[in-house]
Amino acid sequence: MAGKAWRSAVRTGEMCEPLPSTRRPISIHTVTLIPGDGIGPEISGAVMKIFEAAEAPIQWEERNVTAIQGPGGKWMIPPDAKESMDRNKIGLKGPLKTPIAAGHPSMNLLLRKTFDLYANVRPCVSIEGYQTPYTNVNLVTIRENTEGEYSGIEHVIVDGVVQSIKLITEKASQRIAEYAFEYARNNQRASVTAVHKANIMRMSDGLFLRKCREAAEKHKDIKFMEMYLDTVCLNMVQDPTQFDVLVMPNLYGDILSDLCAGLIGGLGVTPSGNIGRNGVAIFESVHGTAPDIAGKDLANPTALLLSAIMMLRHMGLHGHAKKIEAACFDTIREKKVLTKDLGGNAKCSEFTEAICQRVKDMN
Amino acid sequence: MSFSTLLLFDLKYRVLWTFIVVGLTRNPLIKCTDCCVCRSSVHPQGLRCPRWQQLASRPLSVSPGLRCPEEPLARADAIFKVTMLPGDGVGPELMTAVKDVFKAGDVPVEFEEFHLSEVQNMASEEKLEQVLASMKNNKVAMKGKIHTPMEFKGELASYEMRLRRKLDLFANVVHVNSLPGYSTRHNNLDLVIIREQTEGEYSSLEHESVSGVIECLKIITREKSRRIAKFAFDYATKKARNKVTAVHKANIMKLGDGLFLQSCAEVAELYPKIKYENIIIDNCCMQLVQNPYQFDVLVMPNLYGNIIDNLAAGLVGGAGVVPGESYSAEYAVFETGARHPFAQAVGRNIANPTAMLLSAANMLKHLNLEYHSQMVSDAVKRVIKQGKVRTRDLGGYSTTGDFVRAVLENLHHRPVY
Repeated sequence: MAGKAWRSAVRTGEMCEPLPSTRRPISIHTVTLIPGDGIGPEISGAVMKIFEAAEAPIQWEERNVTAIQGPGGKWMIPPDAKESMDRNKIGLKGPLKTPIAAGHPSMNLLLRKTFDLYANVRPCVSIEGYQTPYTNVNLVTIRENTEGEYSGIEHVIVDGVVQSIKLITEKASQRIAEYAFEYARNNQRASVTAVHKANIMRMSDGLFLRKCREAAEKHKDIKFMEMYLDTVCLNMVQDPTQFDVLVMPNLYGDILSDLCAGLIGGLGVTPSGNIGRNGVAIFESVHGTAPDIAGKDLANPTALLLSAIMMLRHMGLHGHAKKIEAACFDTIREKKVLTKDLGGNAKCSEFTEAICQRVKDMN
Repeated sequence: MSFSTLLLFDLKYRVLWTFIVVGLTRNPLIKCTDCCVCRSSVHPQGLRCPRWQQLASRPLSVSPGLRCPEEPLARADAIFKVTMLPGDGVGPELMTAVKDVFKAGDVPVEFEEFHLSEVQNMASEEKLEQVLASMKNNKVAMKGKIHTPMEFKGELASYEMRLRRKLDLFANVVHVNSLPGYSTRHNNLDLVIIREQTEGEYSSLEHESVSGVIECLKIITREKSRRIAKFAFDYATKKARNKVTAVHKANIMKLGDGLFLQSCAEVAELYPKIKYENIIIDNCCMQLVQNPYQFDVLVMPNLYGNIIDNLAAGLVGGAGVVPGESYSAEYAVFETGARHPFAQAVGRNIANPTAMLLSAANMLKHLNLEYHSQMVSDAVKRVIKQGKVRTRDLGGYSTTGDFVRAVLENLHHRPVY
């Protein structure tokens, strides 16, 4: 309750203001904002505040999503949220809670299906000043998001024997492989590594690998490598600096992206973006809703902020992205104002304020 | 009774025992013990020692220091035959290292070598049968990684997998232990990874339902899930460990991994003294690189085991330093913890034999050759601790040969006379 009041106070203070004050030649982009549950509203508020300080040409369109049951009992997201996303193409999303045994699929899954978000992109970059055993990590995991082990097709054959089906299709494999190379080129990355287990799953992962090889043929300027999943895990914890862009099917992506997040300090500092068909993209923080600290002004907005920065880059607003990123990293490096999970003692609002101050200094 | 009389009493019995055993070994009916004395590798008539005889003489070999001088070598009263599959990549080089160390340490083990390899075109049904027959006799094997070529040529199951299935090697155990003297990002690690390795994703059931769409089946059964869970809890009990954590992805694969998880929980109830927890695979990976000390024994289905094995091996120094073993109800196969052929190192003399030597030591322990096991593992650990001779993967410049020589120098073998 307190969190809501706080958020609305912040919003009334800024949602109306940026429009008249930012008279810039560049057009203003509208972005759908899904604040999410738990700490979601707080960290979304923080991001909005920082964006305002940086005079980013972004207008937020806030939408709440909850699963509703459409005609025929099909679960869907509310029409106004869908309509907003369809119009704006770009979205920023806080954590959403998945009620256990509520009968409907997880909201993340629903969003993924609704907008056909086929690629999950997670850049993992070591944050200077936030100590982990691993330094100089700079890699990107690109995960196929629609099929594979997460097809959801399972059946009990006889009692005590279950078969789960992993689905790999030519189309989806090709799409993700193409995207990986495109991403590498657009972001000045040198190499793409396909992660697979084709020695065991010879047909399915074999197909995925073949599609990656075909895509590599078309993008000769980018180095292509292929590696077994287990070898990647082994090398990842020994020397993560050898990796650049990694592309893989669903389950491996799930595991490796979390592993990489662990290398740089956990989900609280890892951004994530989901790329869909027709230019739709939703950027999100992948941590949980943390209901225990919700509304207490203790949450760490870094993950959502970094996701928002990723969003700016995706929209081609590199100048603003750079500015906000520098402010965020400088604040963490200086270690004066940090939230609890980063090893400091500051509140979320204080941390946000510190970043805003730096952004304003840079203007 | 004073201490000395006790000792005398004990000695008297030992001498008595010795007479019995010597009497047995002199028995002309049992030919093959002769070779233990003469050290010839060929058995007369190609016969193995009868099992009862090995058992009868085994307890004595444990305490060689207390034997009477005129008795033959304590460790040579039985020769154990072990099947050896060097595999591909650096496997043969590692096996050479093992054989060198065994020879120098007078280890009473004789290897029956089989070269089964898919890349060198040396795999055939016949060969597989030979290996299986040899395993039936010996029960124990040492094995390198048999590389599986990636190209799909119609046969879905690799030889590696078929071997596992034929022998029903359901449990793979990797004890990840930091090596004193070699420091990594995470030191003093001590965790055990137990992996089910006969079903799951490795079922080799795949088909193309329509063109461009491939289905790959993952099979989870209650029977095998319970079996591995029981193995994990039994292992934890035997090794006095406190906690077993089941690793799964039941939030997505609700039925398949759900069944695994349920089986683990059911078995856990039978072991109230051991703490039971569960964790989702992606979170587990993240926790392993952030705080691996929270884990004790981990139990998981096939593919996750493959991932965690390698990840955890990476935490303590890589594929070259972590030993592993696979068990069925009958057989035990000793191998490296992270199974890689490491083909790029073939013939370059740079592979690290630590994992294979430690695995060999574990095998000796399994054969009840405590003395030799201790000797080999101590020697390897001493070399690592001294830190002078290090292979390239541990940041040194030494060759495999240098390392083996250093181990031989540190082999504090006390021949009994």
